[in-house]
Amino acid sequence: MKVGVPAEISANELRVAATPKTVKRLQKQGFEVYIQKGAGLKANYSDKEFEEAGAKIVQTANEIYSQSDIVLKVKEPAAEEIAMMREGLVMLSYLWPAQNQDLLQKLADKKVNAVAMDAIPRISRAQKMDVLSSMANIAGYRAVIEGSFHFGRFLNGQITAAGKVEPAKVLVIGAGVAGLAALGAAYSLGAIVRAFDTRKEVAEQIQSMGGTFLTVEIEEDGATASGYSKEMSKEFIEAEMKLFLEQAKEVDIVITTAQIPGKPAPKLWLDYHVAAMKPGSVVVDLAASTGGNCVLTKNGEIVTSENGVIIVGKLNQLPTQASQLYGNNLCHLLDDMGKAEKFKIDMEDAVVSRAMVTYNGKINWPPAPLQVSPTAGGGAKKVAAPTPEETKAADEAKAKKAAVSTLVSLGVVGALLLLVGAFAPPAFIQHFTVFVLAVFVGWQVITNVSHSLHTPLMAVTNAISGIIVVGGLLQTKNDAGNIMTIIASIAILIASINIVGGFVVTHRMLKMFKK
Amino acid sequence: MFIAKEIQTAAYLFASILFILSLSGLSSQESAKRGVLYGIVGMIVAIFATVLGQGVEGHIYIIAAIAIASVIGILLARKVEMTAMPQLVAILHSFVGLAAVLVGFGSYLDPATQALTGAEHTIHLVEVFVGIFIGAITFTGSIIAWGKLDGKVPSKPWSFKGLQTMNLVLLLVCVGLGVMFCGAHGTEGMLYLLIMTAIASFIGVVLVMAIGGGDMPVVVSMLNSYSGWAASAAGFMLGNDLLIVTGALVGSSGAILSMHMCHAMNRSFFSVIFASGGSGSSQGGEKKAIEGEVTALNHEEVAGLLKEAKSVVIVPGYGMAVAKAQYPIYEMVQTLRKAGKNVRFAIHPVAGRLPGHMNVLLAEANVPYDIVLEMDEINDDMPDTDVVMVIGANDVVNPSAQDDPASSIYGMPVIEAWKAEKVIIMKRSMSAGYSGEDNPLFYKPNSEMLYGDAKASVEKLLGFLR
Repeated sequence: MKVGVPAEISANELRVAATPKTVKRLQKQGFEVYIQKGAGLKANYSDKEFEEAGAKIVQTANEIYSQSDIVLKVKEPAAEEIAMMREGLVMLSYLWPAQNQDLLQKLADKKVNAVAMDAIPRISRAQKMDVLSSMANIAGYRAVIEGSFHFGRFLNGQITAAGKVEPAKVLVIGAGVAGLAALGAAYSLGAIVRAFDTRKEVAEQIQSMGGTFLTVEIEEDGATASGYSKEMSKEFIEAEMKLFLEQAKEVDIVITTAQIPGKPAPKLWLDYHVAAMKPGSVVVDLAASTGGNCVLTKNGEIVTSENGVIIVGKLNQLPTQASQLYGNNLCHLLDDMGKAEKFKIDMEDAVVSRAMVTYNGKINWPPAPLQVSPTAGGGAKKVAAPTPEETKAADEAKAKKAAVSTLVSLGVVGALLLLVGAFAPPAFIQHFTVFVLAVFVGWQVITNVSHSLHTPLMAVTNAISGIIVVGGLLQTKNDAGNIMTIIASIAILIASINIVGGFVVTHRMLKMFKK
Repeated sequence: MFIAKEIQTAAYLFASILFILSLSGLSSQESAKRGVLYGIVGMIVAIFATVLGQGVEGHIYIIAAIAIASVIGILLARKVEMTAMPQLVAILHSFVGLAAVLVGFGSYLDPATQALTGAEHTIHLVEVFVGIFIGAITFTGSIIAWGKLDGKVPSKPWSFKGLQTMNLVLLLVCVGLGVMFCGAHGTEGMLYLLIMTAIASFIGVVLVMAIGGGDMPVVVSMLNSYSGWAASAAGFMLGNDLLIVTGALVGSSGAILSMHMCHAMNRSFFSVIFASGGSGSSQGGEKKAIEGEVTALNHEEVAGLLKEAKSVVIVPGYGMAVAKAQYPIYEMVQTLRKAGKNVRFAIHPVAGRLPGHMNVLLAEANVPYDIVLEMDEINDDMPDTDVVMVIGANDVVNPSAQDDPASSIYGMPVIEAWKAEKVIIMKRSMSAGYSGEDNPLFYKPNSEMLYGDAKASVEKLLGFLR
């Protein structure tokens, strides 16, 4: 099968859908790889490197679109690109299906089977092909680097001969993949880091990256089954804005990452927040492409507010790194779809069926919902936790039942004992009394034994059960020829091995236990 | 030189008290050694009180037998390797079983038995019969358990449909034989007794054959319990209270230990012993699909992780015992602790093939017992742990036990290794654990496999850590 990689025609798109490394991987999967001349230049991959990796260089995009079975792209295709596509082509690319209904229609009309890499469901199995995560990771890192570049001070605190430097304070809004990556990067550069998120479940993740979790005093969890946060109530948002205002006075760099799939980004950092910030502070808006979290953000631009706050709405994509990760994501998806030999579009598959937004001339969007949030993972199987009242009632019922069954079994035992007493000779009853009491003593004594001593306990009880030797002792006769003497001697012999062996080995074991 | 009956009884009482103190002494590390001493003194008192009692003959044979046995016992106990401890315990149980059978036959042949009449005679015969029955099961069952633990008998459960029914039928046959036996005059019932012994021996074999290697902790402690009941039954036969008391002590303590083990595996005692292999709580239904992929690291990378970590927990299992990896593991632990890291061991109650097996192995390698913790003690610390190393364990760290009601081990308490930052699983291959359940832990994004023999792997790690 032929896999083709065209050059990206958008001037802003620096990435490419394959790198020399992923070309090698694709070949290992059994694909022939064709790359348009100059496709990797903007991401710093030369044609020569691609050729050395085993790809064939093709002169025009037309050849790619008309002759490949699978086309790998980064940015959603433009009209002229779609025009070049042949029927039945499988195309893997960013498509933003929620915003691009027209585009889907065009692709469907052309009978292109298009996979939207940004629509891969965010479940554990699909993590390796989740481009949103891999790209968000880069964005988070880059947000800190760019923020620090525009910020006029160190990020870490230092005490130098020239004086003391206060560490910078960084606020991250939204602790998704990008937010967490930003947290980690800022923390490792020495900044004081805090993060805000409406989902309570991420508090632990934030702390694990070295950040402080900020929250508002209203009980409302923003987590949803889709893994994204939901929109919060008015009271919550008011409290949130108040919190942000307090933070704005303090922090030096704000990184906003809040995005809602298929909708414009929520406005979280308002004009009065910017106004409250110190001159020279920086806002890095990772949601700039969907309208920005900060009201002053301009997509693709870096602007300075009236009070001297720098608002970054444009981020370098790190195209070399991004292309590598994106290419890997594509390889993983192709791997999942059966590689070259058994390549198959399996509409039963949870991942493929959701990401395949056009198939056989039909639009397959929006997909059926799928639950992803880790806490809700068990889904329907998870039994609702009982309320305290229910637990109490259940406990009481249990105790009642236990009491009844104890009474019944005591009654039965009593009756049995009476029966034994009625028929058995006195000597037996005496022995029986001793026996029952000993059982109880054994039970009580052993209940407290610690797990670590179970083996020595077994060895010692084993030695003690060698007491059966007494039976043999009582049966030996003076006459060696007597069958009883022979049997009894053997019994004594083996029981004694047991006694001596058991005690010695216990002693050996216990000697080893030490503090 | 005979002592009076009353003095003998008093001595027996003293011995019984010493045995009780001995068992209770084993409830803590500090008093354990004293406990063994009590046991030894108790045994000596018991033997002397018996031998010096009225009516005991053949002292020469007694002394000879005990002397030979002592030498064998000491040699056996000295020679045995700590990893082979389960086998030793099992084979010693079989001795008690055999001794009980022999004492039973001896008692039947004793002219004093034939002198009895009426209900007393019948009760005595029942005692003989029951004593031999339990003894025979203990004897052959322990031999099979020994074979399984030693690898001489395949450790896979060997069972067939109708096994339970067959056992039940055999049991009824034994009861029938018992009725005929009690009706027989003099020693004419010998034939019934022999047939019953054969049947009981057979039951002992199939009973343990049907139980898999991983359930051995339960089986060994159960056989321990049986050996106690066998001694107790012998006590009834001989009208000897010391035997009854001691047997009952051992019997009930073995039983409670078995129940501990079953509880730790979330299986009912009957499902283990009657070997349906199933679990008491599996709710059926579809098994949860495992998501994610298995990733592996090499030794250098793992050593790197360990160097970074502040808190490390090691979860050993039967695989550590098989590879005899406890020595290099402790060396590694010492190296890590010297570097200021908090290193501890987490032991699951049923890890290994004998209750407390792991503790003994670690103690053998000089691991101080205050860093060896139980599952319940350490589970709370898991989220704060940087690296968990699972060495040769599988089911005891299987998250299905908590989140997959369809799994056969659902509900079994497990060590929550997956809550740690990183989990390293040292394993020879991807095969399933004893329960046969796939382990989703291996597929979690925070877990990494380190393939290879546990001992060789740890030694390699040690090389990188130094």
